[in-house]
Amino acid sequence: MEFSEHIKTANVEDVVLRRPFYQPTKGTLCVTGHHLIFSNRGGDSARPFLLLLRNIDAIEKRPSVSSGTITLKCKDLCVLQLDIPGMEECLNIASSIESLSSLETVSEMYPFFYRPPFLSLQDQWGLSSTEQHYAQMKEIHDGWRVSQVNRDYSVSPSYPPAVIVPHSIDDETLVKAARFRQGGRFPVLCYYHRETGTVIMRSSQPLSGANRKRCREDELLLQAVIDGSELGYIIDTRSSQQAQQARMTGGGFESKSCYRGWKRLHRQLEKGKVLQESLIKLVEACGDQSHSVDRWLSKLENSKWLSHVQTALSTAGLVAECVERDGHSVLVHGSEGTDTSLLVSSLAQLILDPDSRTLAGFLGLLEREWVQAGHPFQQRCAHSAYSHVRLRHEAPVFVLLLDCVWQLARQFPLAMGFSEPLLLRLAKEVYASDYGTFLCNSDQERCVTGVKERTHCLFQSLLRANERQHYSNPLYERTELAIWPSIQPPSLQLWKGLFLQWTDDALHLVEAQKVIQNLVSQCHRPLNEKVENTDG
Amino acid sequence: MMEHIRTPKVENVRLIDRTVSRKATVGTLYLSATHTIFVENNPETRKETWVLHSLVASVERPPTTPSGSHLVIRTKNFQVLELLVPQERDATDIHASLARLSRPEKYSELYCLSINPTANKEEREESWSFLDLQADYRRMGVPNNLWVGTPANSEYRVCDTYPSELFVPKSATPPVIVGSSKFRSRGRFPVLTYFHQDTLASICRCSQPLSGFSARSQEDEQMMQAIMKANPGSEYIYVVDTRPKLNAMANRAAGKGYENEDHYTNIKLQFIGIENIHVMRNSQQKIIDIKTPSMGDFLWGLESSGWLKHIKAVLDAGVFIAKAVAEEGVSVVVHCSDGWDRTAQACSLASVLLDPYYRTMKGLMLLIERDWVSFGHKFSHRYNHLDGDPKEVSPVIDQFVECVWQLSEQFPCAFEFNERFLIQLRRHVYSCQYGNFLGNSQKELRERTYSLWPQLWKDRAQYVNPLYRADHTQTQGMLRPNTTPYCFKMWKGMYNRLEKSAPPRHSPADLLTAVREETQQLEQELTNHQEVAPRGTAHSGTKQGIQTRSRNRMTNETPPHDYRSTQRGPPDPAMTLPLGPPKGSDPDDLSSACSDIESGVIDLSSRSSSGGDDCKDPESDEAIYCPAWSGTRGPDTGRLPC
Repeated sequence: MEFSEHIKTANVEDVVLRRPFYQPTKGTLCVTGHHLIFSNRGGDSARPFLLLLRNIDAIEKRPSVSSGTITLKCKDLCVLQLDIPGMEECLNIASSIESLSSLETVSEMYPFFYRPPFLSLQDQWGLSSTEQHYAQMKEIHDGWRVSQVNRDYSVSPSYPPAVIVPHSIDDETLVKAARFRQGGRFPVLCYYHRETGTVIMRSSQPLSGANRKRCREDELLLQAVIDGSELGYIIDTRSSQQAQQARMTGGGFESKSCYRGWKRLHRQLEKGKVLQESLIKLVEACGDQSHSVDRWLSKLENSKWLSHVQTALSTAGLVAECVERDGHSVLVHGSEGTDTSLLVSSLAQLILDPDSRTLAGFLGLLEREWVQAGHPFQQRCAHSAYSHVRLRHEAPVFVLLLDCVWQLARQFPLAMGFSEPLLLRLAKEVYASDYGTFLCNSDQERCVTGVKERTHCLFQSLLRANERQHYSNPLYERTELAIWPSIQPPSLQLWKGLFLQWTDDALHLVEAQKVIQNLVSQCHRPLNEKVENTDG
Repeated sequence: MMEHIRTPKVENVRLIDRTVSRKATVGTLYLSATHTIFVENNPETRKETWVLHSLVASVERPPTTPSGSHLVIRTKNFQVLELLVPQERDATDIHASLARLSRPEKYSELYCLSINPTANKEEREESWSFLDLQADYRRMGVPNNLWVGTPANSEYRVCDTYPSELFVPKSATPPVIVGSSKFRSRGRFPVLTYFHQDTLASICRCSQPLSGFSARSQEDEQMMQAIMKANPGSEYIYVVDTRPKLNAMANRAAGKGYENEDHYTNIKLQFIGIENIHVMRNSQQKIIDIKTPSMGDFLWGLESSGWLKHIKAVLDAGVFIAKAVAEEGVSVVVHCSDGWDRTAQACSLASVLLDPYYRTMKGLMLLIERDWVSFGHKFSHRYNHLDGDPKEVSPVIDQFVECVWQLSEQFPCAFEFNERFLIQLRRHVYSCQYGNFLGNSQKELRERTYSLWPQLWKDRAQYVNPLYRADHTQTQGMLRPNTTPYCFKMWKGMYNRLEKSAPPRHSPADLLTAVREETQQLEQELTNHQEVAPRGTAHSGTKQGIQTRSRNRMTNETPPHDYRSTQRGPPDPAMTLPLGPPKGSDPDDLSSACSDIESGVIDLSSRSSSGGDDCKDPESDEAIYCPAWSGTRGPDTGRLPC
């Protein structure tokens, strides 16, 4: 494969770059296989400006006789403008960007070429495996086991090779239960609550269909989950009407008569197109600064984004409440079990589990619940809010998760070990990255395309010592308690750091963060030294 | 006031938790001359809830139910107390008593005048000398060779709503002053309120001119000319009319209006468009009434209330004036109609934006004393201190305080005080426990009261913003806030007050303050220990100290919020009742631990656990000031009888 085929003009001089918070600068523009490189002329020692072509969501060109203007709208919501002398150059550059930014062959993407000096391809790809995760949780070894029934991805193409299931359920039963679940996504463990011994499971919808089919093995599996206790909750992330309708297309829900002891609750979470359009409307509202307060509030409401945040947090709160307060196990699913189910189960874990609120713990949670669990990143994040391309499978479910996590962190500023910059970094990396973590749609695809051998893992990079410092919360103070988010509308705010990061210069807030950091380190350092001295 | 208390004590009253659970606690209700007090029966907690009469906005009696009569008390700081009284007769009595007690008819019935604890004249007078307005003018460099003090208003001869000591341009002669004052509503002629030493530009304030369609006054025109000349660097002045232009034009029909640019040489007239007190009153009512668990309805309600739009208009006025003064070096004359509402808002906000001093605690006190109190803002009418015309009531100072809060959200390191300070300030404006807000014409009454400022200053430890740095870049010079619509947020700390059983919040500011105190305390312990105790134990001791304290801070035993009811479904019947502010019990903002103290709904349970700390208690002023106990058993130290 030759990138050069797409590059008609590699270099243009005297290009003017306009970007937020910077004065327009003149320099040389260079198009490479994966980047736009803009370097200042003259003795300016500033580093060249580097833009990953994958980050470009939409490109608008306005050529005129002697020059042309290209507007680049990026997936990280930044908007750039290039003034290019010469019409032909302008058109050439635009068409190169258009074709190179929409390459879809995974193995041609930049992560396969990115070789930073501080990481080695020999390292384990990812932070942990199912087996390692299981090994750490000694308390579940009696009741739960690791099953490798999916080792060749034949039972469920979107599941990882190993999953955690009740001890009493053998692989044969799992295979049969999987046939009764969409995409073979049978119920698996995602969280074990030590105090109550109850669990959060997730799966896809049962394929009961119009004829109300049953599957004994699936029922056995769920029976084993609540073995000994009288009640479990199924949180269906669709409305009951949607769940009913799903039967017409072969899907369905767990009927009360077949699944004794399980009580079904419906909470409608939007996904897919509705969610993508919500993001588009929100970004549009944030980009237009000319309107009045009334119009701003009306556009904010109209985007419905904050309503989605509220519903997601509320549903996660419900799951956590069932587990912690009522002491009942919960199964979460929607239809495919690859989007809203993951959103709810990971948020519920953040509410309940202090281990998932540390920097490493949170990244581990994302790896387990999103990367390994088969959230189709490549489909969901192919385009962001600016693209004019007809939507196919795009949906900002992961961005919604990050927003909800930001709301949690805002309401509990001491409880999270990580800080807003980490969430912002993830929001950017999920659309365009140097790393392979968010490539592909499943573990299987990652194996087939060689992602695990030939790219680096973002999470490992984020945990390096100097990065760790940047992404840690200086105020962090571990609490073992659940953090119950308020879902009252005034408690939920627009995530300015993400949606207004290119319009609102948050200089003063950044300064305030520094003051906080200094205060904390000043307060702790002398004391620690003194305590150590006394000790010695 | 005692004669209005029909029933001093009612037993077996239920205080209904207005959160989702709607649990009730049984206890005894007391009515004192100053407070309504509910004491839990539970011998372990004996939690006390105090509501100041002067903070009661309304008392409602929903229809009687078989279980008893409900009483719903709404406070002026947006809290709601729901009581269930077993006997209808008791409920009627309490209702009637409270309706009367919360609506004083004479000044002498106000808290600050009726409660006269020690009658220590010296102490009282001293409290009034805490702030010195003249010293603040001197700090600005006034008087100088451009601005001089004028005796024109001594004994309030020219304008009875102005202070007696005023500063005017040096070239303004007494006839010009008197003539100008005759051409202005209520005699409020242009006088200096802020002088900017760097640019020599000034902010003056006045009321609207009595120009009608064609009238003019030579003296008034000379006055404006004198103001312009008092700023050697500029060729013109801005006249900022803070009203919408339509309103200003309508006033011309009544013989008032605005300056005709043909008559005044070298003025530039600028309308800002802050709406009048009636619009603001209705707007605030709407924002209080937003009670919805649905995000869509909330944002719709926020939009249709118009509140944030009005807050933006007020801030825009301040920004316009500040920029004119600091960036263009042009003096500004500000007025509205009478020059005591919108003008006070705009001038004081401009001062906050221009001068870092007004972003300190003492500076803000001075600013309120100058631009609001001394220039005759009608506190008693606007905040309903006495039973009066409801059409005169309007949240004028609320908007100023909120603008300062919105600024502090944008500039977290620029203000010496925290959100709690602002909330407390506003509370005192409404509760009138101190004499500061009695207004100018009640000067002789004020002398019989205490001033609020020394009390706030004494408690300043709890109002400090830990991020404030006097030497920080944000703190220096003029603030240039972003006033794009998305920068304005609903002030949750003000409008969504915590209700009972809310969690202690996790606030960075509180943490930092606590961390600092803890460090000091631990260092102290460490020092003590190094002096006396054997080695080794101190370490474990202090370590443990940290942990228990941290744990207390983080404890979050609240029941989860209502995740079970879907927002889309039919509203919970409880939510459709007029139940006051929505349950805003989330754990994030600054007003956390003390919110009860500021609110007038006081929860003394924390005090019982804090043992001998009572004297340090922020509400200790209340405790001292409530000796007029009406129960059969008298309180000994301000605590309730056990």
